[in-house]
Amino acid sequence: MHMINILIAPILIPLLTGTILLLIPKKITAQRTISIIAGIVLIAVNIFLVLDVYQNGIRTLELGGWTPPFGIVLVGDMLALLLVTTTSVLSLPVLLYSFRSIGREREKFYYYSFYYFLITGVSGAFITGDIFNLFVFFEVMLIASYILIVHGGTKVQLRESFKYVLVNVISSALFVGAVAYLYAVTGTLNMAHLSERIGSLDETVPILTVIAVMFLIVFGLKGALFPLYFWLPGSYAAPPPAIAAIFGALLTKVGIYSLFRTYSLIFVNDTAFTHTLLGILAGITMIAGVIGAIAHQDVFKILVYNVIVAVGYVLFGVSVLNDSGFNGAIFYLIHDMIIKAALFLLVGTLVFVAGTSKLKKMGGIIKYYPALGWMFFVAVMSLVGVPPLSGFIGKLLLIQGGANAGDYWLVATMMISSLLVLYSMIRIFLNGFFGKPTLERPDQFSTAKGLLWPSALLIALSVLVGLGAELLYPLVDIAATTLLQPEIYIEAVLKE
Amino acid sequence: MRPNDVVVQTATKVLVFIILVFSVFMFFNGHHNPGGGFIGGLMTSSAVVLLMLAFDLDTVKRILPIDYKILIAVGLLIAVLTAVGSFLFGVPFLSHTFGYFTLPILGEVELATALLFDLGVYLVVVAVTLTIIQTIGEDR
Repeated sequence: MHMINILIAPILIPLLTGTILLLIPKKITAQRTISIIAGIVLIAVNIFLVLDVYQNGIRTLELGGWTPPFGIVLVGDMLALLLVTTTSVLSLPVLLYSFRSIGREREKFYYYSFYYFLITGVSGAFITGDIFNLFVFFEVMLIASYILIVHGGTKVQLRESFKYVLVNVISSALFVGAVAYLYAVTGTLNMAHLSERIGSLDETVPILTVIAVMFLIVFGLKGALFPLYFWLPGSYAAPPPAIAAIFGALLTKVGIYSLFRTYSLIFVNDTAFTHTLLGILAGITMIAGVIGAIAHQDVFKILVYNVIVAVGYVLFGVSVLNDSGFNGAIFYLIHDMIIKAALFLLVGTLVFVAGTSKLKKMGGIIKYYPALGWMFFVAVMSLVGVPPLSGFIGKLLLIQGGANAGDYWLVATMMISSLLVLYSMIRIFLNGFFGKPTLERPDQFSTAKGLLWPSALLIALSVLVGLGAELLYPLVDIAATTLLQPEIYIEAVLKE
Repeated sequence: MRPNDVVVQTATKVLVFIILVFSVFMFFNGHHNPGGGFIGGLMTSSAVVLLMLAFDLDTVKRILPIDYKILIAVGLLIAVLTAVGSFLFGVPFLSHTFGYFTLPILGEVELATALLFDLGVYLVVVAVTLTIIQTIGEDR
């Protein structure tokens, strides 16, 4: 086996798995077995790739043997591979949760195929080094997500999927438009080549700033940035918890990652304008998200608005353009992917056992489900960033980065919104798990058999990320260095 | 009373073959001239759609007893495995090659592995189009 092609594995494994599962739609046991095996292999390959890049530097794969900038190149730098690995690691517990919760009817209707096609799109979007190829992987991911959001066809899913598809079709058209402008101005689509051409300019070129803002709108729509997040709360609360978990953990993060990549590698032409704008929008996103999280009485809606708050935190880190800001943003991104998946699964289980998603109608659930209650508590503490857990180091570095850049208002906004995030989530804990029991006898509750341990896996992972921050930090630091010094990336891809 | 559609059906029986031959021509032509898997596939499915219009869905299902959803997977597998084939030769993923071969009737022809990839595209396009049309058509 030649090592030259190993970088395609994070895309190829889920693609082949999804395709093979298309052949056996009715054989549920076979589908489950194949998808578990593929998930484990994927994690192993991704971890191997991370270690390989840690030792040997950025790995690239020139598809079809065409040298960049003429062919499509896949670039496995540390940031991309850390996110691909996080994707594969969190998708396995969500898959296990699906076995128990998704239902036979959905499973027979190509659920696992589209699950793996979604992961194909997400992994591809992380790894690609070509901006139009990024668009294609966005579409792979989005089309799989259109199907998953409407899968099962309940009334609320049909309504919300319509909005979701409409918004994403428009943002995809804008994406193509933005790429067309960029191609007309620079004459290339390869990210490293774009970076080189734009970086070699001595003065600011206004049209590039316009294109940068256009990409901000496109990725802001995908990643739910203020004021483009309006579609998210409804559509993420519609599908079943397993699907919502994979959406909340992955989909917006791909938009954020794309902003991260383009705003650190390509659009460094007029940072005074673009990154200030990004900082302001990130600040308002935190506030808008947290207002929604406090205002709602529906547990799913509270959680969905917390997805938006996290978008604000990460993009704040991108906007400061310094070492600790980038480190913090990457740390927080990884932490948030894991903890959001865990929280969606836990809240899904909570709604399942309580039989309602209205906070006012539930109460006293910890009496019958103590494990669920305390796992939720740990997850909330981790989300907010209580020291030994995973949210802490990311936020600390973000605050440090913000302070170094002199963005004290944004730092203050972030700390206040963190407090309000804690309030919004602990409200679920106090009212839902403690509070007055609304259902007295245990037989009024549904059984949560098999639903708890996938979330336990994710929480264990989150705790590990928190405790093992010292081990993870060198990797994150390499990722941030590559972003701060685009020469490293350009040299690895164009090999000058 | 059922309308008599003998003219449509007779014309279709001739036309379907012409369209199919032209779609195959388009498919093989793609390497050096306009054409390829996508347009070839759409044309093949247009021939089948014409059959569905002139006859009915059940008749066409009897003529072509194919599960198009399986065909989608087969097409995808052909395309992906063609790309994976490059692993065996130690060249980057998706690398293609070509060569000249002398075949019995056709004489010397250029055969490229890109044609295999295109065959995958062709099958997926045919299968997706017909899945959509058949699914909507059966829904009463």
